[in-house]
Amino acid sequence: MKVMKSILSKLRHDNPSMLAGLILILFLFFFWLAGCAFVDTKRAQPISGLPDQRPSYQYLLGTDSNGRDIFAVMIVGTGLTLRVGFLAGIMGLGIAVILGFMSGFYGGVLDTIIKGIVDVLLTVPPLAVLVVIAAMRAEAITLNFMIILVASLSWMLPTRTIRSQVLSLRERAYISMARLSGMTGTEIIVKEIMPTLIPFLAAGFVSISSTAVLASIGLEALGLGPQSLPTLGMAIYWAISFSAMLRGMWWWWAPPVVVIIILFVGLFLIASGLDLVANPKLRRLR
Amino acid sequence: MNAEMLRVRNLRVWYETLAGPVKAVDGVTFDLMPGEKFGLVGESGSGKTTLAHAMMLLIKPPCRIKEGRILLGDQDLLNLSQEEMRRVRLSKIALIPQESMNSLNPVKRIKDQIIDGIVDHSKNLTRKERRNLIRELLEKVQLKPEVADMFPHELSGGMKQRVCIAIAISLGPSIIIADEPTSALDVVVQRQVMMTLGRMQESVGVSVLLVGHDMGLMAQFVGRLGVMYSGKLVEVDTVKNMFKNPLHPYTKLLIECPPSLKEKREFKGIPGVPPHLLNPPPGCIFHGRCPKVMKRCLTETPDLEEIQPERWVACHLYSSEEKI
Amino acid sequence: MTPLLEAQDIKKVFRSGGFLKKNQTIALEALSLQIPHSPPIITGIAGESGSGKTTLAKLLLGFTGPSEGKVTYKGKDLEKMARSERMLFRQEVQAVFQDPFEVYNPFHKVDHVLTVPLIKYHLAGSKSEMRKIMENALEVIGLYPGETLGRYPHELSGGQRQRIMIARAFLLKPRIILADEPVSMVDASIRATILKSLLTLKKEYGISLLYISHDLTTTYQISDNILVLYKGSLVESGDAETVIKRPEHPYTQLLISSIPDPDPEKKWLKEDYLAVDQSSNEEKNEKNACKFVDRCPHAMAICRQKIPPLYRTGPSHTTRCFLYKGAEE
Repeated sequence: MKVMKSILSKLRHDNPSMLAGLILILFLFFFWLAGCAFVDTKRAQPISGLPDQRPSYQYLLGTDSNGRDIFAVMIVGTGLTLRVGFLAGIMGLGIAVILGFMSGFYGGVLDTIIKGIVDVLLTVPPLAVLVVIAAMRAEAITLNFMIILVASLSWMLPTRTIRSQVLSLRERAYISMARLSGMTGTEIIVKEIMPTLIPFLAAGFVSISSTAVLASIGLEALGLGPQSLPTLGMAIYWAISFSAMLRGMWWWWAPPVVVIIILFVGLFLIASGLDLVANPKLRRLR
Repeated sequence: MNAEMLRVRNLRVWYETLAGPVKAVDGVTFDLMPGEKFGLVGESGSGKTTLAHAMMLLIKPPCRIKEGRILLGDQDLLNLSQEEMRRVRLSKIALIPQESMNSLNPVKRIKDQIIDGIVDHSKNLTRKERRNLIRELLEKVQLKPEVADMFPHELSGGMKQRVCIAIAISLGPSIIIADEPTSALDVVVQRQVMMTLGRMQESVGVSVLLVGHDMGLMAQFVGRLGVMYSGKLVEVDTVKNMFKNPLHPYTKLLIECPPSLKEKREFKGIPGVPPHLLNPPPGCIFHGRCPKVMKRCLTETPDLEEIQPERWVACHLYSSEEKI
Repeated sequence: MTPLLEAQDIKKVFRSGGFLKKNQTIALEALSLQIPHSPPIITGIAGESGSGKTTLAKLLLGFTGPSEGKVTYKGKDLEKMARSERMLFRQEVQAVFQDPFEVYNPFHKVDHVLTVPLIKYHLAGSKSEMRKIMENALEVIGLYPGETLGRYPHELSGGQRQRIMIARAFLLKPRIILADEPVSMVDASIRATILKSLLTLKKEYGISLLYISHDLTTTYQISDNILVLYKGSLVESGDAETVIKRPEHPYTQLLISSIPDPDPEKKWLKEDYLAVDQSSNEEKNEKNACKFVDRCPHAMAICRQKIPPLYRTGPSHTTRCFLYKGAEE
């Protein structure tokens, strides 16, 4: 408990943007968690109630044209979108870490191959490819497929960043010292290099997650997402398809937008906060 | 160029930190005579580089000049505006910084870098005048005229350093501050660069303030020497007197401790560590490590006093009266 | 008896210049040196930048292999050692490097550099034994374990960090420690303490030292014998007193006379000094000439025609210079 308190006060003092960002994301997380406990998530499915209802005591945010309880949709959708971000982040980061470290540390032919693949894939316009693939599988798209899809085109830049960091760290004297002390290559990567790169890894995770969330919302809003799941992007898609804005049904199109804004502001603040950690020169002159 | 005297009076340069001021230079007073070679010697942390930068008016926050005057002729340099300061730098006081070889622009030819400083001070010269000036400057530092057309990477370390000296004298300043100009050079090249600096000084008549930590180098180059310790000037004397008969106990240790080529003997260091400049102890700043410490030294700070003509020392062993 | 560590006529060439690697730089050539099993000696290797001393250090530590010749430890060629022999070599030949800042990973406490080798070389059975070994090593080098263990590198001074590195080398129970410019980045007043602890390692623990430096003065003070390197060649070697007091090779003489004497009465002589600085365009790489010929005040015709061999000019004194055409090495 005491440790938590000291970490919190340090964050508030040294890195307010990171703290603010974490608060926002955690708020969304607990919103989903508490929501699932108090609200019946089945109401996010169509025909849970009368369609096109304005917000009332019974339906806190009203219903959409298919009879979905919008409040329930928000809860379920937030959870699903957070899941996309988190899982895609882990997956993408995992690939970036493995490829980046191996390429940077061992060099040679392996490095040339990995570097080549990364450079080629970086030229691929991710959204266009995503749209095409999603369109091809339009009916059968599942959430997990989407997670894999967006993760697969977001790992390249972090791989490059990690690789260049490893390349420069590899030449440091303390790495030679570690070799002299008998450590093997893998041990050096894990025990000597990785700990000093934690801010970069965290930044990579945030970056991949943000890209993944944005890409998934984008695909869904275009109608290329999992049709049967009430994700935030799908909610926007349905709102567009049913002309919710023109019909003045603010309770339909506004909530997903608000949640998405909170999500992105939160991610951005965390990214700024990480910038401060990685680059001490930006710290406020106290 | 007018040879002018530089007088530093009670200069205090402090770094403002949250925990309090770090007193990098704490009350330094000395004179730099026109045309003389004066050395400022001290270990790292003694404040000598901060002092050199202060004299070049290069102090930036969080470092501040807390107190004191720097008088060039009759003018207090600390009262100048930013623009006036810029004009004073290079045209009146020039700096040869540490590792200056790394301050040369790798994509510009030497002649262009020499001209840069001159043009910046709005001196318009014809092409012929430029060429002659560059050739003259290079000659003064014993470099062949062909060097003008070369790029920095084609030159050796010593040659690059000599180019920096040429740039420093290009506007005819009256004072040159050389901040450890040879610390990155091999000993053979060091000798060459210092001899070039010496020859240039003789022919042009500038005053040279040599800042460094090598007593041997000081003995060979300067006429008068000032010893700095933890922000304070503890002794000023001619180099001949100082080495024959050092007054301050720290000076004595500085001369005796370094290993010599004369004979093998036991390694002697100066016991203890320098005080933290954030909270310097009361009294004499050296009392924690002084082999001749007295009770008085723990509470009273000794002033720099002229105990014999041109021999200054800040030490209670020579203090005139007891202060009450 | 075979020496402990020996370099036999080693040469190291670096290739550069594009895909076909046309350009050759000879970093080190024709160098032989021996460190005997006993008694422990301190060998000083003096050279300026470009002398090849860094390359020599890398070769002797087995970081890279020679292009010609071989480096042997206890008679075995480093390049041909089995894994277990190599581990033993790594343990018994330790190193201390120049920069006391860069050798520490800022993420770990300083204990890390001491614990890792103890674990990897299986020198401690338990955590408490490890702690005891570490504390003992620090005390031998003159540090207080209470003030140093448990701290992060940035909390300690350069001198303390360098001494911890020496303690690290010491606690592995090495036979030889190679010290590459161990005091050049440390304050002058701490240098004496560090050099003293190195000397203690030889006198009380029988560890031989290879002291590599560009500073001839400290090299003279600590070494029993000195090797002088110039542009990759050994130009003079012998016991420290003789090489410094009666230098034979013109380069050694130049080196010694260039060291500023802290005696204002004896100024650097101006006349006998050559303008010797050359731009990289002017440096010629003549293959069959003495490397020092362009800067040598005593250069003769033969110096431009052949590379001088190493002449034995005294019982343990050798010089690579045609001025001493006496007995050949």
